[in-house]
This record gives sequence, structure tokens and C-alpha cells, in this order.
Amino acid sequence: MKGILKIAYKLLVNDRGKFAALLVGITFAVFLMVMMTSMFAGILHRSSSTVINIGAKVWVMDPAVNTTANNIPMPDYILDAVRSIDGVKYAVPLYSGGALVKLRNGVYQSVTVVGLDDTSLYGRPQLIEGSIDDIYAENAFVVVKDAEFPKLGAPVRGTEFEINDHRGVIVGIAKVTSSGLFGVPTLYTTYKRAVQYIPSMRYTVSFIMIEPKSSDAVAHIKKQVSSLGYEALTKDEFIQKISSFYKYQTGLGINLLLMTVISFVLGLSISGQTFYTFILENLDKFGALKAIGAKGKELVYVILFQATFAALTGYGLGVGVASFLIAMAKLRLPSYAARITYANLGYAFIMVLMIAGFSGYIGIRKVLKIEPFDIFRG
Amino acid sequence: MANLAVRAKELVKWFGEADAKTYAVRGASFDAHFGEILYIVGPSGSGKTTLLSMISGILRPNTGSVLVEDKDIWSLTSDEIADFRLNTVGFVFQDYHLFPRLTTLENVAIPLILKKLDWNESMQVAAKFLEIVGLKERAHLPPVKLSTGEQQRVAIARAIASSPDLLIFDEPTASLDGETGRRILDFVKKNILNERRCIIIVTHDNRIFEYADRIMKMSDGKIMDVEEGESDEE
Repeated sequence: MKGILKIAYKLLVNDRGKFAALLVGITFAVFLMVMMTSMFAGILHRSSSTVINIGAKVWVMDPAVNTTANNIPMPDYILDAVRSIDGVKYAVPLYSGGALVKLRNGVYQSVTVVGLDDTSLYGRPQLIEGSIDDIYAENAFVVVKDAEFPKLGAPVRGTEFEINDHRGVIVGIAKVTSSGLFGVPTLYTTYKRAVQYIPSMRYTVSFIMIEPKSSDAVAHIKKQVSSLGYEALTKDEFIQKISSFYKYQTGLGINLLLMTVISFVLGLSISGQTFYTFILENLDKFGALKAIGAKGKELVYVILFQATFAALTGYGLGVGVASFLIAMAKLRLPSYAARITYANLGYAFIMVLMIAGFSGYIGIRKVLKIEPFDIFRG
Repeated sequence: MANLAVRAKELVKWFGEADAKTYAVRGASFDAHFGEILYIVGPSGSGKTTLLSMISGILRPNTGSVLVEDKDIWSLTSDEIADFRLNTVGFVFQDYHLFPRLTTLENVAIPLILKKLDWNESMQVAAKFLEIVGLKERAHLPPVKLSTGEQQRVAIARAIASSPDLLIFDEPTASLDGETGRRILDFVKKNILNERRCIIIVTHDNRIFEYADRIMKMSDGKIMDVEEGESDEE
């Protein structure tokens, strides 16, 4: 079988024009599919940036909460109740909310303010400038140096601003794993200062973060929190909930899905049509092979090999081009969200196999129908 | 007469059904023997190619039988018929049907590769057959770089590469000038034909009749006459 596949390889690759057209079609389709799904993955990742950056193992929230951006504050007694649940090592409150800061040049800028538990500073970011203890200083805020950092005028330690008629001072600059989705800078401060400086509703606890005594205790904690009328989710479950919200309850998922489907259809049409033309142009040769003594299954292997080889080569090129461009874009555009994951690559791989299967199928249908007698008749 | 290679009995082939039914071959019976070159001649539409296709395992007759080396080929399964074509029959098509994307050597090696010989071994054996047809030095050129006569010889090398007992030529000189055509047939007669091989040639080129041992004339799907060729008279 190796010999006939080598022949198949040479027939395909030596027809440089057709092979190039096939590769361009499949590469372009894979490139678009990977770009689209990577963009989606990047956006979903950023939508969970608070959960990822804070890193708490279990999060307690109102069941109606879908994202960290739109939280429903909980009464303080829930924090006490959660702390009393068997299996909870400790539980701390988290404030997360939006605010407007007025910069020294008079410009107003939206920010996300994260208020960390005053006692433990649980979920604090990693500082690249300053000391975390300075967060206890008067009016102190730590700014995250991410893609949105320049919107605050690229502040340094000591930079002052105004937040809801309160003075704010940058005491540290931090880095985080993931930038936010909404293009606003992030400030960290203490929980008490956050609720004091930012206009709040009656209740102020956005989330309660739990450190369980062991992973076995999580199920019990979830059950107990549920009996309080709230929801406890592990970090991964919360990320999944946020992703599901953006995927299924906003237009984001369907729009990007449509673009991905269009890329797929585009790749399918280009490669399917080119491969079909390749088969048509070689139909007499396949007929001659049949007349010489090639069996139907051998011709099927030949065509499947050619379709799969072209598809996989196009896949490799498409993934390579997409990875290169995403890496380049990230170097130049820090806010560029695209992110290649194994799942993206897996989806693109499945789609490219479908392209190969479809192209192969139409080729096989045609070749199996050709009669060697047609070759004799000319 | 030498041993019987092919026995066709009452072969009938029609195309279409009902009002569109057209007979291509009407009750053709003949024998072909090892060591002979049998010509099938006749005007266009006389059924030559259809008859050739039925005896070479390419086209199933509606009625009648074909015995090749005493084996009824149309009682075989489709895979067995493919094996029969691969191992017993060598084809030289009218348009050669060489693969332009393969080298001349690889073209000749195709039947050997289909017979599952190792790639390198196939190339070595193919090189010997290319040498037989005098094209060893052209082995690594694509067929399109060869002259029509050379392409014809490559097609012959490919046809004999699997050492078939039955060699089928379809209009071998249709695209050759008279001199080249005669040279090819002369070459076939002297180098390809042997006591264990039967060659059947469909042609209406009377310039090469001198190489036939027997000439079978067809008209309107029927075998009208079988006469001794000029070859024996030499």
C-alpha cells in the first residue's frame, strides 16, 4: 500500500498549480477558523479575568449573577453564615464595581475597582512596583499595568486622582494574569475603602471568596450555601458560567460562530471545488489505473490520502500563519484578545477533517463511477 | 497452432434499453493463441473496441463467455477481474494514458506497484523494461518531454512490466506517422512477442497489416472473416 500512496502523493504534489490552490484554500479557511475561535477564546478568557486574577477556589454569589461585572451585592450576614459552614477554612468578602475617576488633567475615566478583604488582602495582585502594605495607606490604590493602563495617563507611584470626590493615590503598580474584557483600567484597594469611596447600595459584598479545608468539603459547602439562597461555585465552574453567559445569552457567541461557519464553508467550497477539478482532470488516469488492475478500494485510498494530505498540510500552514499573526499582533497591540487554545486547534482540526472527508467523498464518487471501458472508447 | 490463449464464445453486447437498444457486438466467437499477433480490424463503430474490452476483462458481455487460459473471466468477482487484468493482461491505450506528473520510470512501474512490489524493487524492474524499449536514459523525464513514438514505447514498457500473457493494443499507430508506426510494430514483433504471450491489436491502419499473424475483420458487430496475415507469408 505504501507504493500506491507514494504514487498518490506524487500525483498530487507534482501538480503544483492545483496543489497550491488546494493549500491556499485550506490554509485560508483554517487561518480564519483559528483566528475566529481564538478571538472568541480570548474574549471569554478576558470575561473571567477577575476570577482568574483573584484565584479564589470557591465563589459565593447571588444565583442571578452571570459575570463579575454585574454582581448583586449580598448582606453582610451571609459572610458570617458562610464562615460558620463546616469545611470552610476561611471566607472573605470581595468588592467589585465600576467607578469614574477624574485624572489630574480633568479627564474622567471609567475604572473597575476591586476591594480586597482588609485583614487578609486575599486575592491581591503581584506588584511590580511598590509594596502591598502601602495599600493600607491613606487613599491608597494599586493600579494594574495591563493593556488599559495608559488610559489612566500611565500613572506612577504617587500619581493622584479623584474618585467620587475622594482623593486617590497610586501606591503600587501590579501585574495580573489576564486583562479585563471591557477596556477599563483596574484599581485595587481595600474592601472598606472601596465601599466608603464608591456609592453603594444597601448591601456591599459583591462576592464571598472561600478557602475550603479540603476539596472534599466543596460539595458540602455548595449545598449549605444553596440552602441560604445563594450559589457557591468553584473557580472553574464560575469561569464556565461566565463563558456560557457570553456564548449563549449575548450575541457574541452566535456572531463569532457564524463567522467561523462562514470560514468553514469558504474553505470547504474552495478546497472541495479545487479537489474536484483535480479529480476531473485526472479522471482518465484513474480510469487507466482501474483498467491496469487497480481495485476500487485502492483508488479510494489514493483519493483519501490525497485529500487528507492536502487538508493536513493546509491545517499546519493555517495554524502556523494564525499563530504567527496573533503573536505579532500581541506584540504590537497589548489589548488584542485572541488566544489559541487546544480546543481551538481541535475544532479547526475536526473541521479540516470534514473538508478532507467532503473533498474525498466527491472525488471517490466520481472515480468509482468511471468505467475502464470509457478509457478504451477515448 | 500454439496453445489457446483466449476463447471468446458467442459474445453479445448491447447498450441502452428498449427503443434505444443498440447492439455493439452480435455473437462474436474466435480463438487467439499464444505466440501470435491477432489484428481486429474494421470501420469505426464495427465493435472492435467493445470486443477487445470484453476479452480483456473490462466490459461485461450481455451474453457469451470469455475463456482466458481456460478460465471463464466473467465468472470472477470484480476484485478477481481486477487481479486478472493486473496479472494477465497488459494494455497499451490509444492515447497511452501516461501520468504526466510521474517520471517515465514511475509510469512503467505502476503495474508493479499495484502488484505490491516494494517501491525500489518496482523501480529496478521498471528500469529493465525501459531498457528493453530503449528508453533507459529517459527514465527520469516526465512523459510530456518525450516524443509521441517514445511515449508509445513507454506505454508498451508499462504494459509488459507485469509480464502479462495477453497484450492488448488499441489503435497503437493512430497518432504515429507510418514509419514510426512500422518501427513500433517491428519492435513489438521482435522483442515483445514470445511463445507465452498473445498480442491482440485493434487497428484500422493497413500500413501495419504486415505484422499480423491473423487478421479478424469486423463489421456491424459481427466477425466477418478471419484471414492469415502477411506476417506468415514473409
